[in-house]
This record gives sequence, C-alpha cells and structure tokens, in this order.
Amino acid sequence: MMTGIGASKGFGIGKIVMIQDVDLVIHDTPVSDPEAELTRFSQAVDTFVHRTEKMAAEIRTNVGEKEAEILEGHIIMLQDPAMSDGVADGIKEGLTAERAFSNVCDMFISVFSMAEDELTKQRATDVEDIRSRMLKILLHVEEVDIRNVPPHTILVAKDLTPSMTVGISKENVVGILTEVGGYTSHSAILARALGIPAVLSLADITTKAKDGMEAVCDGESGTVILSPTDTEKKDYEEKRLAYLEQMKALKEFFGKPTLTADNTSVELVCNIGKPGDATAVLEASGEGVGLFRTEFLFMDRDTLPTEEEQFQSYKEVAEKLSGKPVIIRTLDVGGDKEIPYLHLPKEDNPFLGYRAIRVCLDQKDMYRIQLRALLRASAYGKIRIMIPMITCIEELRGAKDLLEELKEELRSQSISFDENISVGVMIETPAAVMIADLLAKEADFFSIGTNDLTQYIMAVDRGNAHVANLYSHYNPAVLRAIKHVIACGKKEGIMVGMCGEAAADSRLIPLLLSYGLQEFSVSATSVLATRATISKWDKASADALAKEVAALLTKEEVESCLKKNVR
Amino acid sequence: MVSQKITIKNEQGLHMRPAGVFAKAVAPFQSDVKIKVGDKTVNGKSIMNIIGACIKYGTEIEIICEGADEEAALKEAISQIESGMGE
Repeated sequence: MMTGIGASKGFGIGKIVMIQDVDLVIHDTPVSDPEAELTRFSQAVDTFVHRTEKMAAEIRTNVGEKEAEILEGHIIMLQDPAMSDGVADGIKEGLTAERAFSNVCDMFISVFSMAEDELTKQRATDVEDIRSRMLKILLHVEEVDIRNVPPHTILVAKDLTPSMTVGISKENVVGILTEVGGYTSHSAILARALGIPAVLSLADITTKAKDGMEAVCDGESGTVILSPTDTEKKDYEEKRLAYLEQMKALKEFFGKPTLTADNTSVELVCNIGKPGDATAVLEASGEGVGLFRTEFLFMDRDTLPTEEEQFQSYKEVAEKLSGKPVIIRTLDVGGDKEIPYLHLPKEDNPFLGYRAIRVCLDQKDMYRIQLRALLRASAYGKIRIMIPMITCIEELRGAKDLLEELKEELRSQSISFDENISVGVMIETPAAVMIADLLAKEADFFSIGTNDLTQYIMAVDRGNAHVANLYSHYNPAVLRAIKHVIACGKKEGIMVGMCGEAAADSRLIPLLLSYGLQEFSVSATSVLATRATISKWDKASADALAKEVAALLTKEEVESCLKKNVR
Repeated sequence: MVSQKITIKNEQGLHMRPAGVFAKAVAPFQSDVKIKVGDKTVNGKSIMNIIGACIKYGTEIEIICEGADEEAALKEAISQIESGMGE
C-alpha cells in the first residue's frame, strides 16, 4: 500500500497504463546558417500554435473553459517577447534552435520554481510542458496520445502535463496516479473537473507500477494498492458504489431550500476567507455567507489596507451574493494570527492576550477605517457586522458607539449605507456565554464560533499533543454552553447561528436543531451534505436525542451515542 | 519618461491571466513599459517577466513608460491595474 496526496475524490479500480515520455536528446551540431535556424524555429512555433489551438478547442468542449485557458496560456508564453528574444540571441550566438530554446526555458523554470508563491511555482510545469512539446516538433518526435487507452485504465505518469490531459475521458480513465504534483496542480484540477479519482505525489510510482498491473486507488485518503488481492478489490468496489450512490443522493439537494423533516426552515450559509470564495458559495448553492474572515486583507503586505481597498473587497462579496446575507467579521488579529507591520508585542499567552476587539478598540484609527469601509459597502447588499472575542458588554458598546459616530459622518458627507445594518457578537469566550442573556439585549445576532469556544471552555491548547484529547465539542461543558447561548438568543428574539466546524458535523446537527439553532455556516464543500443531514431530522426525534444526550456524563458517552444515532 | 505608483488589487496577485491581459494591453505602444517592484525592474510587455516578478496582492509597483507615446501608454497601464485586469 502506498499513500500520496488525495487530489480528486472517488474510488478507482482498473489496470495500469504507463505514460512514458521519451527522452528528448538535443544534438549540438554547429549552426552554419543562423537565419535558416531562426526560420526553422518560427515554423515550429507556428506548428505549436496550430496544434495547441486545436487541443484547447477540444478541451473547451470536453472539460471546461478554465482548462482550455491553461493551454491557450502556453501560446501566449511561447510568443512572449522575453522568450523569442532569448531564443534569437542564442541562435545568433551559434546555438541550434533546440538548444537556444531549451536554455531560455531552463532560465524561466529556475526563476519560477524559486518563487515563494504556489501559483508562480506551477508556471514552471507549464514551461516544462511547452519545452517538451516544442522540442518534439523540432526533433520530429510524436506526441503522447492518451486518447486510445482501453476502458478501466489507471494512468500512471511522472506528471501529467496540460497537453497530455487532452485525451483523458471519464469513459476510459478511472484513476490518475502521478509521482509529483499537489492539490492545486494541473493534473489535480483537471481530475476534479472530470470527476476522475486522482492520487498525486506518490514516491517511485513510475518504477513500482508496470503496464497491465492491477491497481485500486482512493482519491480522498490518497491510498493506492498495486496488485490488490481479490478481497481488497471487492472492498474497493463496494466503496466505489457507495460513493457514487452518495454523490447522486447529494446532488438532489443542490439549489433546494434547507428544511428539516417537518419542514422547519433553517439558514445554510458558508464560511469564506477571500472575496473570490463567494463564487464557491454560489456554486455550492449556499444561501449566504455566515462568516467572512477579513484577516486576508491585512496579511501578506507591509501596510494597512486603505478604506478604499477594504470597501472594494466587501462590496464585491455583497454584490456577488446579490441580496443574500453576508456576515463580515471585523479584524481578528492576535492569537495565532500575526500581522507583522502592526508590531504587536510577543506574548506568553497570545490567546489570552491582545487580540481581536481588544486590539481594535485600542487602535481606534485602524478600526474606524474598517468599520467605515463596511458601512459604505452595506449600500450594495445585505451586510451584517460581527465582532469577535467579545467578553463584556463594554466591548460591544465600544464597537457600536464607533459605528454610530461613523454613520453620522457618512450622513454628513451624503454617502449612502444601510441605516439598519445589524451588529452581532461572535460567541467564542466562556465570558460571552455567561452573559449571553445580557449581550442578547444589545446585539442583533449571535454566531457561535465553536473552534475557539471549545478551546476556551476546555482551557486546552489544541496544538498541544498532551492535552489535545480534551479538545472536543462533544464535551458536556461545550454542549451546555451552546445550548445556553441559543436559549438566551431565542428569548430576546435574535438570530443565533454557528460558524465553527461543529455546524457541519452530521452527528451534532440533530442536537443543534433541537436547541433551536437557526443558521449553520459551513465550508462550501459541506453545504450539500449538511443540507441532507438537516432534512433527515424532525423536531420530535431531535428532541428525544437531545434528552438522551443531556443525561450522559462523559465526552465518550456523548460521542458514541451521537455516532450510533447518525443519519 | 513618465511614471506612476499604484497598488495591485488582484487577490492572487499578477499571476498568469492578469499578467497576460496587462502585457497584451501595453504591447501596441511604441514606448518601453517597465514595472518596478521593490528593487527589480521588469519588462511590462513580457508575461514571463511579470510572472517571474511574483507581484502579490497589495504590493505597490511603479509603472515607468519611455518613448514617443509614453503618456498614453502609462494611462492604459494604470487603467488596467486599476480595473484588476478583468478579475
């Protein structure tokens, strides 16, 4: 058994076809006529462009727009002045077209692969692909064609280059295994677009696997078994069928309202970290945004983002969600999130220190900029403001007073904003739980952040292996806190939601429904599964389970009871 | 020679697609179009150079144009960066 990176979900069972790329040998013969060599190169470029356009058109129909654009990008890169100038210089110095081109490619590959950012690093693969295909044209070597592999093929390659992927279809390829690549590499993106299971970064797979060998793979866990036993094959076949069944079942929940079995409607929204994630929310049929973390705007830069920059980002999300609710959390710096240019002091206990609202109310000039940007953006959609790390009424009032000042300022400047913008509290400290009844009188909504709440209630650092076993939202202490907060919110008639990982936990969902949670904020990939789980519970059976759980004393008892009852 | 400073608004920085749009937009101008980022200066008409410069979200760059139509080239370059190159 081998384990790599699971890059595209699903189970594949089939026979291996090795994709071997020929070694391209460049002969450095002296060039007597540089002009002719240049012509030979530009003819090869024409051939490349022609072939690539054809492939892109094919991919556009068979796979998708994004994948086609990757190939079209190769044409742009090849025709780039930096490329062609470099090749011309090399040829004038007496190099063959092959060598001159290869040298220029080497230069770009080394520049791109040294980059820190993942997207730029991936461009090295593109240049590698362009080089190999151009050399094949110049050297008159045939390109690899995967079009004719038999059904039930598991492809094995060092790496699948974008051009190789043209011939891949779901009809004949049931799995993709490569030696290099990660979750965001071309092969991974393509595999997911086609719905073919893929496991990447498998060390030595190209030497261990042989043509015709049987194999099974699990594209979620990243497990691969070469020459599986009959039992293993049977096991994978069962998993494969169950997975397909599950996918089919989830599809039915796409675009549907989120209803319990007895037709109570709840909100099912998403957690996002960047304005661009809004697209994933809509593609997953999320009903809004329950948590937009704004830290991204402040990270990876040297100065504070301006009001205009922040405004544009908030406005973008509000507009994309076209009237659906968008809860934006104000800056949660400190704890484990560091923003170097704010020069926050090093602390012994950062999670108990200068963090989130504590920083913001202390550095009001910085907070003003964010709140003003949020208010301005509220004119373009249904924005709600959420304040993190609240421990006392004064903090909530501090933020609200500041907002009122800014509203007055905007009115006097005739800048429009939502006069009735909601301001809510992220419930993530034991203090906020204890005064939830008081907070509920002054907040417009609550959202329970279970990740931090669990950590603070249990007084446990989840990164510390010695105590990490205490970190679980099945602890009765955590469940009681959740129940109490929801009850306090309901009493004052405000919405109570949850934006931690617990909201997508199929075991916990019946309890949350019974307690009266009105909004579930989950990752875009969990929307359909969460909607399916919610649809299976009615009030009476959820209440019965909650009653049973309330009588249990330990985390283990709670967990096994919920596990037994999962639907 | 004319120049102007501006901040990158594209979330993922100037990766392949926006770099391509930018390079294509300034290519027709006679003037040289250069992008200065930190202490590096690269050819703004070359997508490969732009990608290689790894220009991230929030980075301040300086666009420098020199040639017969430098004013027009700078105007086009700035409007491209401002619009986020269609992203």
